[in-house]
Amino acid sequence: MNGELQTLRTFVAYVEDQPGVLNRIASLFRRRNFNIVSLNVGRTHEPGISRMTVVVEADDDKARRIEANLYKLVNVLSVEDITKQPNIVRDLALIKVKAPPEKRTEILQLCQVFRARTLDVGADSLVVEITGTQDKIEGLLTILAPFGVLEMVQSGTVAMSRGGIGDAAKSIAQEKPKVAVVA
Amino acid sequence: MAQPSTNPAAPPRITANPGPRTLTGAQVIWNALERQGVEVVFGYPGGAIMPAYDALPGSSIRHVLVRHEQGAAHMADGYARASGRVGVCVATSGPGATNLVTGIANAFMDSIPMVAITGQVASTLIGSDAFQEVDFTGVTLPITKHNLLVTRVEDIMPAIKQAFYIASSGRPGPVVVDITKDAQNHSYEYEYDPAPVRLPGYRPERLPLPEQLKEAREMIMASKRPIVFCGHGVIRANATSLLLEMVHKTDIPVALTLLGLGGFPAQHPRSLGMMGMHGEAWVNTAIQEADLIIALGMRFDDRVTGNLKTYAQNAKKIHIELDPAEINKNVKVDLPLLGDLREILRLLVPHLGRVDCADWVRHIEELKGDSAVRDIQDLPDNGRLFAPHVINDLWRYTEGKALVVTDVGQHQMWEAQYYKHDYPRKLITSGGAGTMGFALPAAMGARLACPDDDIWVIAGDGGFQMTAAELATCAQENIKVNVAIINNGYLGMVRQWQQFFYGGRYVATPIKSPDYVLLAQAHGLKGICVKSRSDVRAAVDQARSNAETTIIDFRVEQEDSVYPMVPAGADLDAMIRRPKPELKSAPHNPIFETGDDK
Repeated sequence: MNGELQTLRTFVAYVEDQPGVLNRIASLFRRRNFNIVSLNVGRTHEPGISRMTVVVEADDDKARRIEANLYKLVNVLSVEDITKQPNIVRDLALIKVKAPPEKRTEILQLCQVFRARTLDVGADSLVVEITGTQDKIEGLLTILAPFGVLEMVQSGTVAMSRGGIGDAAKSIAQEKPKVAVVA
Repeated sequence: MAQPSTNPAAPPRITANPGPRTLTGAQVIWNALERQGVEVVFGYPGGAIMPAYDALPGSSIRHVLVRHEQGAAHMADGYARASGRVGVCVATSGPGATNLVTGIANAFMDSIPMVAITGQVASTLIGSDAFQEVDFTGVTLPITKHNLLVTRVEDIMPAIKQAFYIASSGRPGPVVVDITKDAQNHSYEYEYDPAPVRLPGYRPERLPLPEQLKEAREMIMASKRPIVFCGHGVIRANATSLLLEMVHKTDIPVALTLLGLGGFPAQHPRSLGMMGMHGEAWVNTAIQEADLIIALGMRFDDRVTGNLKTYAQNAKKIHIELDPAEINKNVKVDLPLLGDLREILRLLVPHLGRVDCADWVRHIEELKGDSAVRDIQDLPDNGRLFAPHVINDLWRYTEGKALVVTDVGQHQMWEAQYYKHDYPRKLITSGGAGTMGFALPAAMGARLACPDDDIWVIAGDGGFQMTAAELATCAQENIKVNVAIINNGYLGMVRQWQQFFYGGRYVATPIKSPDYVLLAQAHGLKGICVKSRSDVRAAVDQARSNAETTIIDFRVEQEDSVYPMVPAGADLDAMIRRPKPELKSAPHNPIFETGDDK
């Protein structure tokens, strides 16, 4: 079973916004020996509910077990493996690049090609923001490397399926009326 | 409405709702436990749980004062296994709580419903490294089904309700409720909320689709060499009579896991006994030859499968299991049926008929013949005392009806082989975790669940000494159990591995014991020492008739080993067999541990 092809799998999970939930999920992945490539948590439009995007290296069997194990956590509301659906995947990176005045224009032109935005211009450096897939960010990095990258920070991957409401989101939406009745 | 789904075996005893009244958090703890039908808790007081203890006298709940918190957790575990209800243990913060850890991990590995209530330092001190502060929800994160830190008095009752619901529903497990000292001290206008617990992210119920049930039926009816696996889930789901009905209809033989013993009658003609590392040769051989495995409520543990690459290669596998995370974890299955085992069997069994497997059953019977000549029970009595004889005699003298609680090691495997369990919940043993020291406290917990049972601890001299301090608890609380110490002067299972796999170098395995008769007497209990087989019966009868806990120190053959044995990681049918009687010396053993040994 371990010999099968390991590919990057993208999971979307809705979780209760409570202290320690991220710890529970991280602990689960560590304990079960699932290797996290990227993890992102943030608020959603529903109060009290956070959405996570988790990218993991796994084959089909492992992906199913990851989903099943996530469901065992009481604070996890819904999980969906969106790897095989048409989806949008984005990372965000801030890159501070060495930019003496004579190189500035050249760098800005290159950034334009990648649709990176300039956030800060200093005497000898620039900070640019790029959103996109991991490939695109790496492409820009390669181009900027010769100028001298001073700092870089990257968010975890966020992902969403294309088209109508996803299964994980749907089950959250269906929960809503029940919550209202209890309240 | 009380929580019907939280604890079906124990309807809350208090039905009248007295309306709001001012209670402290400490009082709320006991009230909420009473509402869950709790009659007894096992615990040990200390600083951060003192407010709760101060409020205990106002409650109907019995408290058993243990000698070490590990004992409290094992007692709650034994209580839960014997009764099917939720066991409760109580400890203070810091070291009190961490002493529970082994017992909680043990309950987690074996899916035992347990609630551990621990005191925590005041909420204002959390994170300050206060005296006896340990991040207990952090510590227990990977060994609990869920845990809760409660810092406000008004959250205590909902937290305890949640804990019982989570612990006992779905695949059961331990839940920790860590309650700060200030939450215990504060008061509020308390009114019990009888509404069922609602957790949006927790859905323990599920049932397989009708077409899956149809497929299962077709696979079963078409099989020629089928085997049913009876796991712990059969007992937990109260599905033993449905399994019996299934076997009567289909004639399929049944192999059992260690924790499944008692889930199908051992003396039934279709019972093959325990499978796996110390399963009999015919069981493991049959598994390797089977064309269909119907696995009920078990998880293909490595002690059951041996080498996964060669495991049951000829068999299609149907896995009936409550926990989706167990599907394809160790063994890839052809048809998973997810849901409550009892419900699934209720839907499946009526559609089954006799399976054409008479040749298969005959073949397995032939395999048994070879084992019988090696069986120690069939060897002539040479005057020495062998542990398997002691256990088999105990089975006969207790008419197979005792509730047996074992520790971990050789005696545990001999018990599984030679005490024939025909009834569920009459064997309590630490399976997944293999926790030495489990037996005595677990048996004490079982005693409080089953006041009328003939309860026997079977423990080795090593494991017994780990929690022997609980003898004082037996004396103080008038808890009567019978204790059979299988005393061979060694940590026997480790010694056996050293003999087989480590060149016979007995490093740190010879172990000295106290005089158990004197030890019993020192506690005001009774002790008997038995050195020959002819004295076994009198000692067993004496222990059963004594009013107080009685220890029998069985001085057994020192270097006997458990046979057959599948070395860890080896193929399931590559067993080390008990030498045949004509072999005078110990056999040369060509099998060594494999690289992926666990």
